[in-house]
This record gives sequence, structure tokens and C-alpha cells, in this order.
Amino acid sequence: MKELILLLLATIFVNNFVFARFLGICPYMGVSKKIPDAIGMGLAVIFVLLIASVSSWFIQYFILNPLHIEYLQTIVFILVIAALVQFVEMVIMKTSPALYKALGIYLPLISTNCIILAVAILNIRENHSLIKTVVFTVGAGLGFTLALILMSSIRERLELADVPKSLKGEPLAFIIAGLIAIAFFGFTGMM
Amino acid sequence: MSLKKLSSEFTKGLIKENPVLGLMLGLCSVLAVSTEVKNAIGMGCAMTFVILGSNILVSLLRKTIPQKVRIPVFLIVIGSFTTIVDLVMNAYAPAIHKNLGIFIPLIVVNCIIIARAEAFAVKNTVLNSIIDALGMGFGYTLVLFVIATIREISGNGTFLGVKLFTGFNPVLVMMLPPGAFITIGLLMAVLRVFKK
Repeated sequence: MKELILLLLATIFVNNFVFARFLGICPYMGVSKKIPDAIGMGLAVIFVLLIASVSSWFIQYFILNPLHIEYLQTIVFILVIAALVQFVEMVIMKTSPALYKALGIYLPLISTNCIILAVAILNIRENHSLIKTVVFTVGAGLGFTLALILMSSIRERLELADVPKSLKGEPLAFIIAGLIAIAFFGFTGMM
Repeated sequence: MSLKKLSSEFTKGLIKENPVLGLMLGLCSVLAVSTEVKNAIGMGCAMTFVILGSNILVSLLRKTIPQKVRIPVFLIVIGSFTTIVDLVMNAYAPAIHKNLGIFIPLIVVNCIIIARAEAFAVKNTVLNSIIDALGMGFGYTLVLFVIATIREISGNGTFLGVKLFTGFNPVLVMMLPPGAFITIGLLMAVLRVFKK
């Protein structure tokens, strides 16, 4: 149990997917302009991440390994993830219009988001058991959401700030991300 | 096809429509592998190979791919070339393969490649697609090379592993993740100043 909690905290803070592993930067820059958008995107990512990494865990250990076709991992995973996102989108649209309204527009955006494939592959590479896979995945999603919310709350204030023209927008967002990443180093000492 | 048109297809990827700094695509791998020039060159080659392969194949098949299933087809094409690069690098350049780690299989979800397939290769001839792929590949490699040079020299005092100065205290933070974010932010700002 203690091991699992440590894994969760380490994935959220120490090895934060955005600030330490550089995964999911594109949506991080694109969606981090308003706090509600950031929360919606974060929830959608956690949701898809969980489904995708658990199913790719089963595919790896029950299909790819027994058939000795591990080299097809990249192709199989990306196809499964793309199909899964489409499927989830259709199911949510039919069953829960309210949830679809909240997450709907983010779902197509994340099917080719590198964080989904990365978490699926990292779970296999680090030989995680099924429980560890779930914990690692939730940690990855929470870390990503945390990064999005932090960034969007700073950017909401930046809109009104007087910054040099050439730094406005993305350049400044990157420099701020760098400063937040320095702050996140503080967590390394805690573990 | 005139030579001038071809050369403009090539140079657009280098500066005007640079995939990384201009279109903001493929940022994850740029930030992650730019710690050393050696890794940057390895990643640039891998990327260029995959864009070239997928652009050629998609352009050859552009009349056969049904419109409705084109995205899954692109994914399979790109995934196949990514797997080839992964296996070849693992066999012939294991050190660089290990440094690049997860970012080799992640080439498959790199937005640059699918964007080129969707926006260019599926509508253009093979020759044009080859030129476009080379331009985009070199544009990506160029940015990666510049960032890696800045980071390696300032963060480690070396270039391609060769020590450059004596009595220089490297700024370690440039080699760490924050250095990547700050370098690319400043680089974008400098480019904007020159564009005006």
C-alpha cells in the first residue's frame, strides 16, 4: 500500500508528466488559457488514459506476448487508442449528454496526444502490475491536470499584464513553464 | 515542375512554415531530447526518415485511400516507419536509442508527420511530397540542433561531447527540464523580433 501511495505521489509531483517528462505539451499550450477549459481537458485526459492504459496492458500480456509479436506494440497501441477514443466519444454522446457537453470537444483532441500512448508504453516498459498500472495512470493524469490548472490561472492574469510585444503569448508561456518546473524540483528532495 | 517551385517547397519548411517554431508542432520531443547535440542529430534523422517514408507512401496511395478511413491508414503507415526506425536504431546505434528512450515510439503521435500527410502528401505528387518531407525534416532538425547547441554549451560546457572552455562553470539548470522551456521561449521571442 505504501509503495502504491509513493508511486502516485512520485508520478504527480516528482516526475510530473509535463514539467519533468515533456509529455502532452501541445494541449498544455493550447488549452491552458482558461481555468474551466483546463479542468475539462484534465478530466477528459484522466478518463481516456485509464481506459487506454488498462486495455493496452491486457493487449500486451494476453495477445502480443503469447503470440511473440511485441515489435508490433507501437502500431497496435496507437490503433487501439484511436479506436477507443472514437468509441468512448460515441458511447458518451448516446448515454450522457451532460458529460458529453463537458468533455466532448476535448475527446477528439486527445486521441493523438502523446501522453496517452506514452503512459501505455511506460507501463509495459517498467513492468507494472495491473494495480500499479492504474495508480501510475491516475498519477499521470492528475499531474497533467495540475500542470494545466497552474498554468491557466497564471495565464488568466497575464492577459492583463503589460509584457513586451515579442514575448506575448507562447514565448512567455514557455518561460513560465520553465520557472514552474524549477519550483517542482523542490519535490525531488521530499521523496 | 519548375526548379524554383521545388526549392520554395523545400525552404518553406526551414523558416516560414517551420514545423516547430512557426506551427508549434512536435514540441514534446524537441524539449525532451535537446539536452545533447548528439541526441538531437539522432532524433532529427529518425524524424526525417519517418516523414520522408510516410509522405512518399501516402502520396503514392493518394488515389486509393478512401477518404473516410484516411486517418487510420495514415496511422498505420506512420506506425510502420516508426517501428522500422525503432528497430534499426536499436541494432546500430544502441547508445542514442537508449538516450531517446520513449520518444522514438512517440514519433508515431508527432503531429508534424500526420499534419504533413493530411495537409500535403495526400494532395500532391510524389516528387513534391519528397521535397516537402525533406524541408520539414530539416526544419525540425535545425531547431533541435540550435536548442541542443545552446543547452549543451551553456549547461555542460561541451559541444558534441568536446570540452570547449577551461575555467567555465556550466549552468546545470540548462541541462535539466526548466532549461529546455526557457531556451525555446527565448528563441521564439528572438525570432519574432527578427520577423518584423
